[in-house]
Order: sequence, then structure tokens, then C-alpha cells
Amino acid sequence: MKRPVVALLASALATAVVLSGSLSLTAAAQDSSDATIQIGSLYEPQNLDNTAGGGQGVTEAFDGNVYEGLYHLTDSGEVEPLLAESYTVSDDGLTYTFTLRPGVTFHSGKALTSEDVKFSIERVFAPESQSARKSSFGAIASIEAPDAETVVVTLAEPSISFIYNLAYVWIVNKDATDLTTAEDGTGPYVLDGWTRGSALSLKRWDDYWGTPAANAEVVFNYFTDATALSNALLTNAVDIITNVQSPDALAEFESNPDYVVNNGASTTKEILVFNDRVAPFDKVDVRKAIYSAIDRAKLLNAIWGDKGTLIGSMVPPTDPWYIDLVAENPYDPELSKQLLADAGYPDGFEFTLDTPTYDPHPVVAEFIKSELAKIGVTVNINPITADEWYTKVFQQLDYEATLQEHVNDRDVVWYGNPDFYWGYDNPQVTAWVAEAEQAKTVEEQTAKLKLVNEQIAKDAASAWLYLYPQLVVASADVSGYPINGLNSMFPAYTIVKQ
Amino acid sequence: MAHYLLRRTTILVVSLLVAMVVIFLLLRALPGDPANALLSVNATPEQIAAARAQVGADLPLHEQFVSWFLGMITLDLGTSFISTLPVGPEIASRLAVTIPLTFLAFGLAFGLSLLIGFVAAYKADRWYGAALSAFSQLFIAIPAFWVGILLISFFSLRLRVLPAGGFPREGWSDPGAALTHLALPVLTVALVMAGSLSRYVRSATLDVMGSDYLRNARAMGSTMGMAMLQHGLRNGAVPVISILGIELATAFLGAVVIEAVFALPGLGSMLLKAIAQHDYPNIQGILFVSTLLVLIVGFIADVTQRLVDPRLRGRTQSS
Repeated sequence: MKRPVVALLASALATAVVLSGSLSLTAAAQDSSDATIQIGSLYEPQNLDNTAGGGQGVTEAFDGNVYEGLYHLTDSGEVEPLLAESYTVSDDGLTYTFTLRPGVTFHSGKALTSEDVKFSIERVFAPESQSARKSSFGAIASIEAPDAETVVVTLAEPSISFIYNLAYVWIVNKDATDLTTAEDGTGPYVLDGWTRGSALSLKRWDDYWGTPAANAEVVFNYFTDATALSNALLTNAVDIITNVQSPDALAEFESNPDYVVNNGASTTKEILVFNDRVAPFDKVDVRKAIYSAIDRAKLLNAIWGDKGTLIGSMVPPTDPWYIDLVAENPYDPELSKQLLADAGYPDGFEFTLDTPTYDPHPVVAEFIKSELAKIGVTVNINPITADEWYTKVFQQLDYEATLQEHVNDRDVVWYGNPDFYWGYDNPQVTAWVAEAEQAKTVEEQTAKLKLVNEQIAKDAASAWLYLYPQLVVASADVSGYPINGLNSMFPAYTIVKQ
Repeated sequence: MAHYLLRRTTILVVSLLVAMVVIFLLLRALPGDPANALLSVNATPEQIAAARAQVGADLPLHEQFVSWFLGMITLDLGTSFISTLPVGPEIASRLAVTIPLTFLAFGLAFGLSLLIGFVAAYKADRWYGAALSAFSQLFIAIPAFWVGILLISFFSLRLRVLPAGGFPREGWSDPGAALTHLALPVLTVALVMAGSLSRYVRSATLDVMGSDYLRNARAMGSTMGMAMLQHGLRNGAVPVISILGIELATAFLGAVVIEAVFALPGLGSMLLKAIAQHDYPNIQGILFVSTLLVLIVGFIADVTQRLVDPRLRGRTQSS
């Protein structure tokens, strides 16, 4: 009676072998410009509109691929003109006049005009906008479109980051009716299909104004489990993993000549965030004491091995105002005990650490707990979900300390906002941040922000533990993919597969 | 029988209505804010308020319920707060993965458990009967995701004969590819389900083997095989049918972990994500559909039991 079952299983296996064999044969016959690139990612878009809560996933899939901006951020962080051919700025730094590139059309066929640009920028800071960049455009007083190729933006005060910020604004067709489940951009790909929970596919668009994409199709395959994603790369179901989150998987790829592990420049920082409004974290010495009690090199090594970087401040090495401030708050438990005593806590104290339940925060929390126990500080770990974090920590500010990762570049300016969730309130820093934004030159801006950088490190405004590595793992027969993943972008139009 | 069917159907509909109210109220009683999923760390207070308005969290409760209920009557399950996609079509495309997975696994588990359970009981005194019994206990103890990982490790990574996960974008328009991708998940779920099902089959068979009517049938000249088939089967089936109904229902949403391990776009992972984001329309839609399916499976199990066992038919209550 057992035989029929075994025979059935055996024939099913045989069929599977034949099927997988025939599939790989067809793949080998493709010409590289007709290739389909399979990308694996953990970040599925929530919807297709980055001003309506689309999330990190839609930036990864669409930025530069489906939608373009007036300017474009390259993988090495430079700002290049894209849909804006050129611009002039008035002497007082308040009026920017952009000339649009001619001959650009949207995927629907409509020609790009200045009205579309005006619409696109305005929707970022509109009241109902959920864009993460909304607050960057607070300085805009008005936008005009005097003729089809010219856009004039008037600012209320000078903003040296304005051009840089424009690189994040997607230029969309103002006549589009549905931007959350459909798209209408100017980029080298059109949206071919999105099967939720499974994959999003982009197809090369033949009427693109610029150089056509180097591949015919790009498919973003979405996974919820990092191991399943690694397995997909190992079995060649995907060609590239955009951002490796699980260090354990690396070992299999590093020693394997069929794969390449790329270590790029990251901007994601793991931070022990103090609520600077609340005792005892309102005292600089207490914060410095805690910071110096944690052996960050050991932590980083435990989590990422030989990858990742130590940082002493909010600024990653790729920002122009980076200074190596790791030595500002060195690992020195004796110094910690001294600082605590000076601050009035010779016997230590107790606090609650609100810890998000997803990796790596629980591991980091346990490490911090054991490190701080050595200087007499008791940590109570309170696990909370990402959702609770938003409500309790971010909005209600009801916490003593928490752990979080912050992914943006150029975010040191948040320390100039005393209402930001960590409550760091230093009027000098706030003044420097405002002055930096109104600087006339990039050098002036950089100088001012370097002062900010040094000050927050001296004050240990937060305890910046380490910088995540930026790891992109790919099959050895694929090239031309971005390795820095700046701000979660993944432009796919130069990817070539042999 | 017709009278019973009518009554049973009415109970089903009423249960469904009660479930809808409970789902709706329980969701809103949970802490957490649907607006949070739309926000980022730079969110200003205006953005937070706008997010709440966008998800309709500022409307009075009874209005929200009435509009959802009326929508359900017309089979319009609403629109997701987060993705703005209609809930119904997305559930349908997820069901296209979860239903085949569940039913294929169920079918395989059913076959395996009948085999294993019967042999384990009938040949309990032989070594292979005892071994099968121990083997089925092993599969009850092992977590499903571990079985899945083992199978992936062996068949996908080592032998390279089956994919490690995922589901083809084209769905079922290429049935061969779809079935290949479902092969390991189905096997995983089936093995674990068969572990517990076979215990029930085994104990039902042992009951039948020790029964008076079987001994009488043999005494009257029947062979063991004929006696088991003609009398044992229907008697043993009744408790097993109840268990089958429960296992099928739990397998349906319980496949969430399997979906994560194999990266399948099924209903379980949609529910998990919707819960994390407090996406009420999605959660309500999925819970409604799964409640309906569980109620239907229960209905079928009850009716089948009555058909199989004539002693149940005369009563006013199902057993």
C-alpha cells in the first residue's frame, strides 16, 4: 500500500527536475540587454506614492527607475541635474529659476511642463502630504510656472540644501488620477505589475528621453524573512540582494566565487537615544558616563563581525561635515563611574529602555544592560513593537531611553530642533543649524555643521553606537548595480547580466 | 435531513453576523494607531493628524461599522488604509495561493495519516507498527518551520531540484511552475498535519478493532478486511471527521509561518502585515473570509457526520 505514494512522490520529483532544467536553459539563451534582473528585498512598498506613506520600499523600487526629479543623487552622493537642465539663483539667494529639459514625456504620453513640476513640489509640502521630506521645504514661499519650460521658486529665507532636497522630489504628471496604485513618471521604466506580497516588476520604456535602460525588465521580489531571501540568492531565484540584514547569511556568500559581497557606504546609525528632557539624562555628565560605559567595538564585532563602522556622532563618513569623533566619548568604565559620581549618582541609578522588538535592538539592549550593570546602572528592558514606538516614544515622548536606527543622510540638523523626540535643546546648536542652512556657500555650511557635530558629541546628546554596513550581495555574473544604496534608492538601469 | 440543513444554515449565517460585530469591535478596542504605518521619523504634528483623517480613524464608531457592514452585503470589502488597494481582489489573489496550499496539504496529510494510522493500529504488535506510531509522534513535536527549513536545505540548496520559495508572478497561468513552488510547502504542512491526524486514525482504528460488532462480524464468517471495510470504516470515521474539520480550519491561517519560510504571498502573511500596521479594512476582510471558510468547513463536517452515522440523524441536535 505504501508503493503508490512513493511512486507519486518520485514522479513529482522527476517532473520538478525536468521543469527546473528547462527553465535554466531558456535563461542562458538571453542577450544581456534583454535580460530580466531579479532583485530580492525585504522592503515591499506600502503603496506607490511617496507622499502618501509608500514607505522605504517605494523609494527603492521607483526612485530613478520610474520617477525622476529635477536633480538626481548619484550612488556616491553627488547631485546632478536631471529634469532641470540648468538654474540660476538671485543674489539674495531667495529666487531660483529652473529651465526644464525639453523633449521629456510621461509614460502616459503627455509632455512634461512646468505646471507638472509646480504640482509635484507643492504636493510634497501640502497639508495632507505624508512625505518624509515635507519639513525640508518649509522655506518655500511660492512656486510659479511663467512658461512651459521655466519654474520659478521663491524662498522666504535662503536654503543652501534646497537643490539637494529637490533630488528627492518626484516629478509626477499633474493630471494623473491615481498615484497610489498606479504611476505616471518620466523614468526609464514603466510599472509592469505589482503582485502584493510577491513581486513588483518594471519594464523598460522605449520612449525614454535619455539612455535606455541596460536591461529589459527588473523584478523586485519581496520577502519577509532574511533567511528565505538568502536562500533565494543561493538558488539563483534572485540575482541581487539589496541590503543584507542578516550577518549569518554572509558566510555562505563570502567564500563562494559565484557571488560578490559589496561593502558600500552606509548612512544607517544604531543609536541609544536618551530623552534629554528627563532626569537623569538632562545632565551631560550622566549621558557621557553611559556612553563611555559601553564597549561599542565589542558590540559591533558581536553583531557584524568585521563589518560596520564605529561612529562618535550622528554624522556618517559620507556627509561633508564628518569628523571622526569616536575618541570624544571613549570606552572607559572608570571615567564613567567618575562622571556619575560628579553628577550626583555615585551609587548609580535605574532606568527603563524601550526596545523595539525587531533585530538588532533586542541584542543591543541586552548588551547595554550587562555593560551598564558594571558601573552600577540598572537597565529595565521594555520590549515594544514598532507601532508602539511611534505612539509612545515618538509622539507622546513618554520614555527615558530607547534604541532606534536612523537611516537618512544629512540628518544631524535634527539636533537643532528642540522639539524633536530626543529633546536635545542647545540654543547655540539651534542657531548654528539655522545659520548653516542660510549659508551662502557650501564651505560655510560645512564649517557650521562641523561645529554642530563636535558640540553634540561633546554633549553626548545621544549615544551613537555604530554605523551599519551597507552590504549588497550579488551573483558574480551581474554588474552595474548601486552599492551605496543612499537613502534606500536602488537605480537599476545600469545593471547588466551576462 | 432538509430540515436539519435549513437549521444548520441559519446557524451559520447568524454566527457569521455575530463574528462580524465581534471582529469590528475587538479591533478597535486594541491599542495602537493605524496612522502610524504612514508616518516617518520626520513627521510633523499636522502630518500625524492628516494621517489619522486619511485612515478615517476620526469617524464615529457606529458610522464606521454601518459603512463596512453595508459594503460587505454588496461584497465590497472596502479599501486598505495603507495601500489604498481594494481589499477583496487582494484577498482573492492571496487565496489563490493559500487555498491550493491548504487543500493539497490536507489531501496529502489525509492519505498519509490513513495509511500510517491504520498500519500503526493494525500492526501495533509488530515492530513497524510501533515505529510508525513513534514516527508520527516525532512530527507532532517538530515545529513546522523547522521541517520546512530542513526540506529547503535538502531539496533546494543541496539537490537543487525544487525552488527555495516564492511563487511565480504569473500565478496559476503557468500551473507547472506554481505547483513546483508549492511542492515543498505542501509537503511541510502535510507532514506535520499527518503527524497529529494519524494519531486520531490510529486510536479510532484501535477502538474499532476491539469492538463487539467487529468480533461478531468475524464470528459470522466475514474476513478481517471485509469486516473492517463494511463496519469499521463508518464507525471509525465519525470522530476522525470532526478532527479533519478542525485541522483544515487551523491549517488555513496557521500557514503564516510556512509562508514566511517559503516567501509565499498567502493570506496569513497578509493578515500579519495588516495587524502590524493596524490596517483595519484588511484585517476585517481577512478575518471575515477566514471565519466564513471555517464555518463552512464546520458545516460540511457536521453534515458528513450525519450522513455517515445514521444514529445521528434522528436527533434534534448534531452530536
